[in-house]
Amino acid sequence: MQVYLDNSATTKVRDEVLKEIIDANENFYGNPSSLHRMGLVVEKKIDEARKTSAKLIGAKPEETYFTGGGTESNNIAIFGHLTNLNKHNSVITTKIEHPSVYNVFKHIEDKCQVKYLDTDENGRINTQELYDMVDENTLLVSIIHVNNEIGTVQQLNEIASTIKRKNENARLHVDAVQSYGKIKIDVHKVPVDTLTFSSHKIHGPKGVGGLYIRSGLKIAPLIYGGGQESGIRSGTENTTGIIGFGKACELVYDSFNEETNKLYSLKDTYVKKLEEEIEDIKINSPADGAPHIINVSFKNVPGEVLVHYLEDKDIYVSTGSACSSKSRDNRILDAINLGKEYREGTIRISLGHFNNLEEVEYVIENIKQSVKDIRSITKRG
Amino acid sequence: MYNIAAVSFGELFLKGKNRGSFEHKLIEQIKYALKEFNDVSVYKDSGKVYVETKNEADMGEIVGKARKIFGISNISPSIKTTKAPDIIIEKTIELFRYLINKQDIKTFKIRTKRTDKGFPFSSMDFSALVGSKILENFSSVKVDVHAPDVEVFIDIKKCCYISSEKIKTLGGLPVGSNGKALLLLSGGIDSPVAGYMIAKRGVEINALYFHTYPFTSERANEKVVKLKQKLEEYCGKIKLYNINMLEIHKAIREFCREEETTILARRFMMRIAEKIALENKMDMLITGESLGQVASQTMKSMAVIENAINMPILKPLVGLDKSEIIEIAREIGTYETSILPYDDCCSVFAPQHPLINPKLENIKRSESKLNVEELIEKVCSTIEIL
Repeated sequence: MQVYLDNSATTKVRDEVLKEIIDANENFYGNPSSLHRMGLVVEKKIDEARKTSAKLIGAKPEETYFTGGGTESNNIAIFGHLTNLNKHNSVITTKIEHPSVYNVFKHIEDKCQVKYLDTDENGRINTQELYDMVDENTLLVSIIHVNNEIGTVQQLNEIASTIKRKNENARLHVDAVQSYGKIKIDVHKVPVDTLTFSSHKIHGPKGVGGLYIRSGLKIAPLIYGGGQESGIRSGTENTTGIIGFGKACELVYDSFNEETNKLYSLKDTYVKKLEEEIEDIKINSPADGAPHIINVSFKNVPGEVLVHYLEDKDIYVSTGSACSSKSRDNRILDAINLGKEYREGTIRISLGHFNNLEEVEYVIENIKQSVKDIRSITKRG
Repeated sequence: MYNIAAVSFGELFLKGKNRGSFEHKLIEQIKYALKEFNDVSVYKDSGKVYVETKNEADMGEIVGKARKIFGISNISPSIKTTKAPDIIIEKTIELFRYLINKQDIKTFKIRTKRTDKGFPFSSMDFSALVGSKILENFSSVKVDVHAPDVEVFIDIKKCCYISSEKIKTLGGLPVGSNGKALLLLSGGIDSPVAGYMIAKRGVEINALYFHTYPFTSERANEKVVKLKQKLEEYCGKIKLYNINMLEIHKAIREFCREEETTILARRFMMRIAEKIALENKMDMLITGESLGQVASQTMKSMAVIENAINMPILKPLVGLDKSEIIEIAREIGTYETSILPYDDCCSVFAPQHPLINPKLENIKRSESKLNVEELIEKVCSTIEIL
């Protein structure tokens, strides 16, 4: 039995999506910028995709732009907000951002004042601390909605109102790559200025992302060219990818509650079984976290070794975010202050559409056996 | 410009009667190294090997590959022509024009050698004739027979070869002219260098890699394959044996003292290496050990490890400093791969305080708690040959 449990890294494209992509490649391969009919047909299809992708966050289609992925959206948004930086300006983010935000802030540290919010052991930021950090010089606050490694959900409503209470001109960017399609977001109820989402985390193709920009807001582009996507992201659109993404959004939208309920109950089952079956473990994901992320640490078990044990049984999990799993020290586990004896033994199980209850027993049994084997070897003395 | 490369042998001259078979090995090596090029032919013409290509544009890359082959002392990119004197003169002028556009040339010399005594000019006369034609065509240059900026060499044999440049190469002996050995390849910096150095002396190399999957990653295997491919540029085809040591490590962990782990494991590795070498008609083992570098490479540790087997172990790096080893690794292009992070990514089996002065009788006593033969059989059943 193959069990893919690394859906926060990327997901398998759904059949319906694949069909759309093939159909688009075969029949709708025109360039939407072309004047002729073949161009127009594709333009219409992209508009459809824009509508469905916008609908998932309560945005208007004209507030939604397609990009080359989540990293690109985050870069466009952050740099776009910060066109005229000087030493007096300050920007705020958290210590648990995805590298595509965190490293942008690291990069601009010499140009302005960059402040990083701590989190509690559940990975949640403190709005009082945020309130204290924001001042009249604050240009931008960037917050990850659902953390990709432990699944903590930040309270966007509270965060947005905290910021605006202190400085109504400060802008708020949200990285919603992990929450998009999993947690209800309504950009018109929460005063978010920009918001990033991505296709390949919701069973769409890779290489497509989206950026919501509140209407009326000016964002300077990073790339100049043919002026596609209203100038926000020049370059011929990844049309077939966007059409596939549109289909993926539609599938999510049509069964949103059903799907998320399934994920929550799967997650609960995994957590319960892990706690029941295996000793000396620590669940790092908060109980009220995202429906699809289970971060768990096993004492005296190198996470990397456990990943290889499980891959040998055709079970695929990760040791953390795939983008950062190569670096040994883990910023997120630092932030939640995970004890040393657990830290190296951390894996992330992340769920998706294709997972089901039938897999749980097989997975738990193999984790249990692997942990036992590994512990018999790692135990010193 | 160049349509042929003249390849000169190195130490082969010393080898008397074996010369023929060495030359044959070398030609085979050259052909193997150039297998991806179309329209390349390799042949001998009185004392040198020639690599001819129909695609002049490939010549740079052909020389780049050929210069990594052991047993060659230098390579001259050349123009091959017929032996008609006017054609030789025409081609020499053409070459000279090419050279003068590339570099600043004020003085030159023509040197002719003729193995074919039927050629209508003496060497001296022909050099003078060609020189005079160069002077006619290029007013800015003068002849200087002592220290010319450029020397054009006209080699008249069965055909005529015109060249100006001698690229010094690695020397050594053709791989395969001096027996076979098994290299213990670890994925680190040292062992590829050790393999390179022994291959340079004409030894055909095969490699043995020990992993502990799932305690190491499949990517670590990929890395070793990359190192093998790098080495193959010099050593020719290498057979890579992969063996999973996990069962041995588990047994050591269970029955022996932690600080002895490395020594015991190394003794197992030597035994397995010897077994594979004997089964595959290899004469010696090669390791990348350098005296004093780590705990298992102290005098005493090395002696205890070696004691496990009878086969001689070549340790070409034994007297080198790490920095010297790194320098060679950079030169041969293995360094960048060696420092990728996947090896030893799991340090579970490395003792916290490894022995540096192991006593043979203690180690043997520990080993007696293990079923050595059975464990070797068990891990050898995991062998993969790449």
